[in-house]
Order: sequence, then structure tokens, then C-alpha cells
Amino acid sequence: MKTENIKFIQGNEACVEGALYAGLDFFAGYPITPSTEIAELLSRRLPQKGGKFIQMEDEIASMSAIIGASLTGSKVMTATSGPGFSLMQEALGYAIMTEIPCVIVNVQRGGPSTGIPTHVSQGDVNQTRWGTHGDHAIVALTASNHQDVFETTVEAFNISETYRTPVVLLYDEVVGHMRERLRVPETGELPLAERLRTSVSEGVDYHPYLPREDGRLPMSDFGGVHRYNVTGLFHDMWGFPSDNPKVVHGLLRHLVDKIQNNVNQIARFKEFYLEDAECILISYGSSARSARHVVEYLRPRGERIGLLELQTLWPFPHDIVNEKCANAKYMVVVEMNMGQILREVKRAVKNPERVFLANRIDGVFIAPRDIRDILRIIQGKGV
Amino acid sequence: MAIKDYIRERFFPHIWCPGCGHGTVLNSLLRTVSQLGMSRNEIVMVSGIGCSSRISGYVDFHTLHTLHGRALAFATGVKLSRPELNLIVPMGDGDALAIGGNHFIHAARRNIDLTAIVMNNRIYGMTGGQYSPLSGHGTLATTAPYTNIDYAFDTVELATAAGASFVARSTTYHVQQLAKILKQAILHEGFSVVEVLTQCPTYFGRKNRLGSAADMMEDYKNNTTPIGSKAKKENPDLIERGVFVQKEIPEYCSEYDKIIERAMKGK
Ligand SMILES: Cc1ncc(C[n+]2csc(CCOP(=O)(O)OP(=O)(O)O)c2C)c(N)n1
Ligand code: SF4
Repeated sequence: MKTENIKFIQGNEACVEGALYAGLDFFAGYPITPSTEIAELLSRRLPQKGGKFIQMEDEIASMSAIIGASLTGSKVMTATSGPGFSLMQEALGYAIMTEIPCVIVNVQRGGPSTGIPTHVSQGDVNQTRWGTHGDHAIVALTASNHQDVFETTVEAFNISETYRTPVVLLYDEVVGHMRERLRVPETGELPLAERLRTSVSEGVDYHPYLPREDGRLPMSDFGGVHRYNVTGLFHDMWGFPSDNPKVVHGLLRHLVDKIQNNVNQIARFKEFYLEDAECILISYGSSARSARHVVEYLRPRGERIGLLELQTLWPFPHDIVNEKCANAKYMVVVEMNMGQILREVKRAVKNPERVFLANRIDGVFIAPRDIRDILRIIQGKGV
Repeated sequence: MAIKDYIRERFFPHIWCPGCGHGTVLNSLLRTVSQLGMSRNEIVMVSGIGCSSRISGYVDFHTLHTLHGRALAFATGVKLSRPELNLIVPMGDGDALAIGGNHFIHAARRNIDLTAIVMNNRIYGMTGGQYSPLSGHGTLATTAPYTNIDYAFDTVELATAAGASFVARSTTYHVQQLAKILKQAILHEGFSVVEVLTQCPTYFGRKNRLGSAADMMEDYKNNTTPIGSKAKKENPDLIERGVFVQKEIPEYCSEYDKIIERAMKGK
């Protein structure tokens, strides 16, 4: 029997393992707590496989560099936290507009501003959705344990390649720094999506921005036989700037639809004891660990409580959340912010007045006891 | 290959005003590339945002029109990922040295093999004539209606101090010299900076009463001189043209190859 590849590591390390498993070739970053371990580890690991690591002069440059590298055919990633994520917003929009695959890890800490660097928060959920200017769609994934960090990291690369879009991995300080067991899957165990390259041969016109019937855009690597223009301006099928209203409308719709029309395919979630649950906790990231604990504690004590753990935050799976919550009496969103996913859940379900919030916003990890205390208060209101 | 084979005729006419110097830079660059016999597939042009940065749309290379100020950072990603490609990065003076100043000095410090062309018209052309970090004290701009009190950078001194291994300056009047310098810059292994004084008759010229494009080019002829010339000694206000720095120091991507070798050996 083969010995399994078991590690006892930090979440940030699990993310690195996942990225390498997915075929990461290029990383550019700038140090910031609590994400720095990702850069440190990759500076060692990437050159060992012939990949490239570069520490740039800031996060704007980091984001720009990975987009440039991706265009040459590399699988790319950067990692940061709040202040750095703010600096990346303009280039994030560029990657959306130009449809260049890339993965951005944001190990969340408390904000706004420099905030509380070494403490946990989930305050960047809405920034991830709305941070860059203009109408757009975005994909953001998260996870609560290291096995899932590994898998969602691999999935982030897969989605990024499949939909030609940046994908944000929205981890948090607790998951990033906590140590636990990770079993690194065998090669081939998890599917990997490789870049879809054009089959148009040399000398034949290649239209870099003409989607196929299925909406996908086959790419051609910079340095290859097809030369084309990439721009953050609205552009036609050649990649050349255009202000033709039809072109502008068509491109914006394409950018949003390719994500929004695939909400259910992109949605990752886990459910625990939902079948007969009167109370459904909805949580994600490290807070879902405490929520799970509460459910496991209260079930044997006769409470009909369940957990819906979201791993895809954006596009928000409104239909799935609505369906899962259809028979519950009330829902409690557990998160470490002032109700960022709460708002989406209220928008998703038929009875928004029965959605409550259990949160902490003081840089302290939300413990099972905190959630139970809040549950008692909610139940005391006679729900 | 003929010069016209290097341009995308489909995307003409260009957006530049009559008399704009940016077209002259494009012309010199294409002559150089043609003379060097470079294949279009091995050239990646990365530009930022500005009138100057639109140059990338017109050339039949791999072209990446990025964000205002960030061209060198994008180019760094392309180059490090595929070091065998030739990277040419044209930028406006605002693009390169205001919003992009940080990337400029760090690309120079790394000595990564990019050819940076600073198309210096001393103004923000695209946004309609605001002062740039190269406008200089005493000039007029739409945001300096009373006169500009900001002092200008000297691109050559800045690039040199930041560690660029090739630094040169020319103008749109001196097209022969410009083409020669561009050739040296492209062939140079390491970070090369070519500053080109290029006229913006529409804004800098009009605001500062410098006359027509031809008058402005005439000024380049009269106000510049070869490096170390006798004229410079007699008139220190003259701007020097030529190659200021050309040194062989290890290039970033080759150095990174050594890192890969070490990492693979486990050292
Ligand atoms: C982040 C950001 N800030 C401001 C602008 C607006 N803007 C576009 S071009 C430009 C300056 C252009 O001047 P320069 O770089 O000198 O090039 P020129 O147009 O003169 O060739 C500015 C400020 C922008 N596009 N992006
Ligand atoms: S505004 Fe100035 S820089 Fe821009 S195209 Fe016109 S002349 Fe050239």
C-alpha cells in the first residue's frame, strides 16, 4: 500500500500545495500579514519546478505582473490581504475586461485601512464583489479547513481557466494561520482544467475576442503565432478599441453573463443536517468551523439545527440558498463582519424577516459559545 | 521585412493630432525593428494609457495596452515568464514618471531586459493639457494657469540613479540618431531607457506659445546638443542628446535562471 502524503501545516501552506497541484507557474506578490507565508513558501517551491517567483514593488505591480505572465500561457497567482487587495482593484478589473485567467488570494484581516493586521475578519466579502469600478461579475471561493483550502485553490485555477476570469480566494487569518492535517491528493485524483488554446493555424485570422458558440474564448499565448491586441478599453473581436454601442453592450453582457449564467455550476457548498432543520446556520470560512461545532453540539441535545456552508460566495448562489432554506423556520448567518452575506441571504429567501445575524467584529474569532449565546437571544424573541 | 508589414493597416487612421511627435517615434521604431530584421512574433509591446500609449494598437506585434502607469509591471510579468521575447515599452512622461514612477525605478533597479521609451512631451496630452512631472518650473498648463511651480525630473539622471544599464536621449527632430539609439537599446541586454523629446503642439505648444509643430522641432534642434559638446560648455542650458549609460551588468531573467538551477539542486 502506498503511504499517503499527509502534512500537518498552516492553511496558507495548504493553499500553496493546492496551487502547485493545479500547475502554478508564476507568482508575483508583496508581503502582507496574514498572507506572507504564501509568498515565502512559493519563493522556495516555484524555482524547484522551473517556475518563477518575483517580489514586486507593490500590489499594483504584483497584480499587473501576473496578468502579463498569464498572457504568455502561465498559470499565475498573487496573494495579499486587505490594504494590498484594495491596491489591486484596478488591475483586477483589467483582468475581468481582458478575460485573462489569474488567481488572487486574499487572506482577510480586519479593516478598514491598516485595521487589525494579525487578527481575523471576513470584512472583504463585499469589496471582492464590488471593489473594482464598472458593472462586472466576479468569482470568489472560500473554505473552512485545510483539505477544502487545497481543493478550492485547485478549483479556483479550474474556474479561472474555464471561464477566463480572475478568481478570488477569500480565506481569513484563522484558516490561513491555523495548523491542521492535510492529505495531498494523488496526481490525477482531482481534475485540472487546462487552458483552452485556439486551434486556428498560423496565417489564418484568429479573433481573440470572438466567443465560440458555448461562450468560451480559446486563447493564443503571447509569443505564439497569432499576434493580437489586448486592451482594457471596450474592444471588438480583434481586441481593438471600440465605442460602437453594439460592441460595448455585447461585451459587457458577455462578461457578466458568462459568470451569472453559470451560478449553479460555479456554486460549491456543503450541507449538514439540513433535511429536518428548523434552524439553518449559514456560514463560510473559519466561522463555519464554529457553526459546525454548534450544530454537532446541539443535535444530540434534540435541537433541529443544520448548517449550510458556502464555499462559493460570488456569484452568490441565490437559488440554492433559497431552496435549501425553504422548509426552515429561521436562518442565522454566522460571519465576522457586519452582515455582508446576511444581505445576500435575505435577498435569496422568501422570508427575509426570519434571517438573523450572529457575528463578531472585534478581531476575535467567533467561538461556538458566541453563536450559542446569540441563538438563545434569537430564540428568546420567540422565533 | 518592409516597414508596412509591421503595422496594422486595418487600425488606421491613428488618433494623433496633426504634427504630434508620437508618430515620428513610431516611424523610427519600426525602421529600427525592420533594420534589425526582427520577427513580429518575438516582439511584445506593452504600453500604458495616454496618447503615446496608443502606439501599441498600430504595430503588428503581440500588443498589450494596459493601465495608466503600469506598463512596466505588466511587461515584467511577460518578460520573466518568457525571457526569450523582446519587450518594448513605450510610455508617456506622465505614464512613466508620475503614476508609473515607482515601477520605473524598480524595473531599472532590477535590470530586467525591457526597452522603455519615454515619449516626453512635457504634458498630459490625452486628458487635455495638465502639467506632468516633466513640464518644468515656469511652464503653463490647464492645471497651472498661473504658472507651474513644480520642478521637473531629469529622466536621464533618474534612470541612471535607479540603476538602468542603458540610458539615452534623443528628439523627434533627430530621427537618424533616434533610430540608432533605439537599435542599441533593443540590442542591449538589461533595462534600457530612451527618452525622446516629442512635441505636443495641441497642448504644450499652444499653452506655452511655442508655435507650430515645425517650430517646436526647430527648438529641439536649437536647444539640444550632443553629449559633452563644446556648445554645452558654452551654454549649460542646452539639453544633451546621446547615450549616457551603457554598461554590462547581470540581467534579471538570467540571474533568475541561476536561482532555478540552485533550487533544483536543492541548495
Ligand atoms: C488611474 C488613472 N488615472 C488617471 C487617468 C487619466 N489619464 C489618462 S492618460 C493621462 C495622462 C497622459 O499623459 P502622458 O502619460 O504624459 O501621455 P500623453 O497623453 O501626453 O502621450 C491621464 C492622467 C487614467 N487613465 N488612469
Ligand atoms: S494631444 Fe498632444 S500628445 Fe496627444 S495626440 Fe495631440 S499632439 Fe499628440
